Amino acid sequence: MRYLPLTDRERKEMKTTIGISDIKELFNCIPSGKCYPSLAEIPSELSEPELIAAFKEMGRKNSFSDHLSFMGAGAYAHFIPEVVSYLSAKGEFLTPYTPYQPEVSQGSLQAIFEYQTMMTMLTGLDVANASLYDGATATAEAVLLAVRKSGRRRVLLAANLHPEYAAVVHAYVQNLPIELHTVAVNEKDGRVDEHDLRAKLDGSTAAFVFQSPNFLGVVEDSRAIAAAAHAREAFAVQVVCEAMSLAYLVPAADCGVDLVVGEAQSFGLPLAFGGPYLGFMTAREEFLRQMPGRLVGQTLDLEGKRGYVLTLSTREQHIKREKATSNICSNEAWCAMRAGMYLAAMGKTGLANAARTCHFNAVYFAAAAAALKQIQVVYPKNFYNEVLIEVKKGSAADFHASLKKKGVLAGVPVSWFDPKQKNRLLLAFSEVHDRKAIDRLLGAMGERS
Amino acid sequence: MTALPKLIFELSREGKIGCGLNEADVPAEAVIDASFRRTGISDFPEVSEVEIVRHYMALARLNYSVDAGFYPLGSCTMKYNPKINEKLAAADELQAHPYAPHDLVQGNLEIMARLEEWLVALTGLAGFTLTPAAGAHGEFTGMLIIRKYLQEKGDARKVVLIPDSAHGTNPASAHFAGYEIREIPSNAQGIIGIEELRAHLKPDVAALMMTNPNTLGIFESNISAIAEALHANGSLLYMDGANLNALLGIVRPGDLGVDVMHINLHKTFATPHGGGGPGSGPVGVAAHLLPFLPVPRIKKSKDRYEVVYDDPCSIGRVKNFYGQFLVMVRALAYLLALGRENVRRVAEDAVLNANYLRKRLEGSLDLPYPASSLHEVVFSDKDLPVKTLDIAKRLLDYGIHPFTIYFPLIVHGAMMIEPTETESKETLDEFVSVMGTILREARENPELLRQAPVQTPVRRLDETLAARKPVLKWSRGESI
Repeated sequence: MRYLPLTDRERKEMKTTIGISDIKELFNCIPSGKCYPSLAEIPSELSEPELIAAFKEMGRKNSFSDHLSFMGAGAYAHFIPEVVSYLSAKGEFLTPYTPYQPEVSQGSLQAIFEYQTMMTMLTGLDVANASLYDGATATAEAVLLAVRKSGRRRVLLAANLHPEYAAVVHAYVQNLPIELHTVAVNEKDGRVDEHDLRAKLDGSTAAFVFQSPNFLGVVEDSRAIAAAAHAREAFAVQVVCEAMSLAYLVPAADCGVDLVVGEAQSFGLPLAFGGPYLGFMTAREEFLRQMPGRLVGQTLDLEGKRGYVLTLSTREQHIKREKATSNICSNEAWCAMRAGMYLAAMGKTGLANAARTCHFNAVYFAAAAAALKQIQVVYPKNFYNEVLIEVKKGSAADFHASLKKKGVLAGVPVSWFDPKQKNRLLLAFSEVHDRKAIDRLLGAMGERS
Repeated sequence: MTALPKLIFELSREGKIGCGLNEADVPAEAVIDASFRRTGISDFPEVSEVEIVRHYMALARLNYSVDAGFYPLGSCTMKYNPKINEKLAAADELQAHPYAPHDLVQGNLEIMARLEEWLVALTGLAGFTLTPAAGAHGEFTGMLIIRKYLQEKGDARKVVLIPDSAHGTNPASAHFAGYEIREIPSNAQGIIGIEELRAHLKPDVAALMMTNPNTLGIFESNISAIAEALHANGSLLYMDGANLNALLGIVRPGDLGVDVMHINLHKTFATPHGGGGPGSGPVGVAAHLLPFLPVPRIKKSKDRYEVVYDDPCSIGRVKNFYGQFLVMVRALAYLLALGRENVRRVAEDAVLNANYLRKRLEGSLDLPYPASSLHEVVFSDKDLPVKTLDIAKRLLDYGIHPFTIYFPLIVHGAMMIEPTETESKETLDEFVSVMGTILREARENPELLRQAPVQTPVRRLDETLAARKPVLKWSRGESI
């Protein structure tokens, strides 16, 4: 077998060295009646060409790529410069373990340090960790962090937080003494209902967790939200599903937000059917020693040379065990490094270009959609790159299905998450689209089905 | 010694461009008030494409990796990562949007369903969730499943037993699932003794978390009796499958009374570690726990794959979307390549390699737990003139990645060596020879080891300084 380098002759020599005659002797410690189960139901080995053919065949059963897609809702198609794929695929980056031996891991460590720096530049906050699993678990970790830091047990979640993120938060805290409450949405503008927020914030509230741009596509008034939270000494925690928005909107820190967490898949990671993606966490300095996850810090070597190490590990499970700030060990280090490569390749001008093109494309769609009689744009202002529409006749799911027949994936029906919302679709636009693609979407929507 | 690369920010020059995007071809109209828009990103890199390539190539040269050489990091199973799996995982036809309608992604759903079938066949458990993102995430998921199951039975309980040899994630995961931790000492053989277990097995015990083989590389040979005692007490047996590599095709945890276990696809199933992730930590359960698995679940009905999003007893959702899909692709590719002819050989060669190293080294290093080893062996620093750390650092000078050091905590100056099955006999012999040289150096010139490494791009780094005055990002004009 090509992955197993020992020859039969070497196996024999090694057994002689060990002092056994049969390999089974090495497994004498295992209850004998249970050993060597039948493997008959397991398929036979594949050669490399057979393996390629097997995956080609499974790949052929996927037909999504025949469609023009405007799906978003937490996972976004963006252009990835080839250098990102080329460099990140290097075995030197792909095949090391966690950099526990920094002397031979400076490449990964420096790359993550650069990533951390760029995430703080994007959010304006003081510190970024080296990654969490994804946007949803990063949100759950932010809830735990806010509770730990404040010593309070009540956390408010915005109703327009991504439903899967809210579900993950609920799953994470289900056995912990943490109370979750939902803050309503103002249906008129799609933003958090500030009256409801102020009414629900109290002296026991650790944090208000809101998403911006939110699950209805609308950019929240983070300044007003942060001010309301701070008035009750609660933390304002912003969740970002579309990291590209960070390059277009005013930095969260400038709005007074304390923690920004979310999903950075948009930074150079393919859609990949949902993973691996990249959870990120950025925070004000005061959270540092309570943060979950790895942190890369700068230091000096014996000769005074600059270098990088994993630091502040006394927060972590391998030192603190059940008293750790999180149970996380393996994280998404390679994804973070790749995001750093993407941000470096896009650079100051490229990222700004892509970020504004996402918005302009969404605006172009929303403006043209206003002329269609089949649909209505729910919130024609203050969206970034996602537009919520309402289907005037029939269900959004049926409308979506009819467009799918025309080769267009018209976003995500909100009813998939909330069955009560029967006639809404959330569509995402990015720099991978152009006017022609959006016109095709509009044309398909405007046709009589 | 190579000069260390500058930071990407130090390479930045105003006006340089690293990507070739076109401008929007729609009108430049915004519907967000200017007070909500940023004006630019200060100090963000401006670097040309060729400089980016050279920057990261320079960083790549500073990294040690499995592709570069022997990486006997105990408990981490640093086996070779087959290259074809990277190509398969990068295929365009798999990169669907996670909300793509199910009829358009039958191939992807099949990949997940087939991986689950493999895991069921190899472990003897009834079903798996593939959504957990890593081993610790799997542990947490498993603990939530146990808690929900016991709650449904009206007896939530509050304690999880964990042996003192366990990985730190075990107590942390159980803690975040709402449990109190009670530690059980390992016995003189380095395993959980049935008497030690009974002494701690009170009615408030929800489960025991057992790593098997444990972190000493020793099989928990009392496992069946332990499972019986737990079950008689209404408690469950959780198995940390981090070391499953030793058992592939040899014994199925489900046949030993295990109720819940997680598997690390990035250890046992040859997916690359990526410098600390992404991993993937599927969780398998016995039949009585199937209803509690997290959503989503892939189900086959007739010849189509469907996805179930709510299940009345489910613990809910632990991750966005389906999990680390491209890691699953690589794991399935690895298993399909192995086939029934080779899965057992993986475990046999891994255990053979570990025992060969043990035999070759046990004359020169102290072996605190002499019970038979499976996939790894743990030596101590007893009677050595230098510290374990010094030996590890000296290995770097010889171009070998050190073993895991100072873990498990129950061994003084632990050196935990896991060669895996993908190393040749020549590599093992070379390692033994280098260890011999280093141990001789330790006796003759211990200062040489205390100064090591000297051949690496940087020397020993000041971790105290890093923690005392944390510098976690580059800032213009600031230098250390």
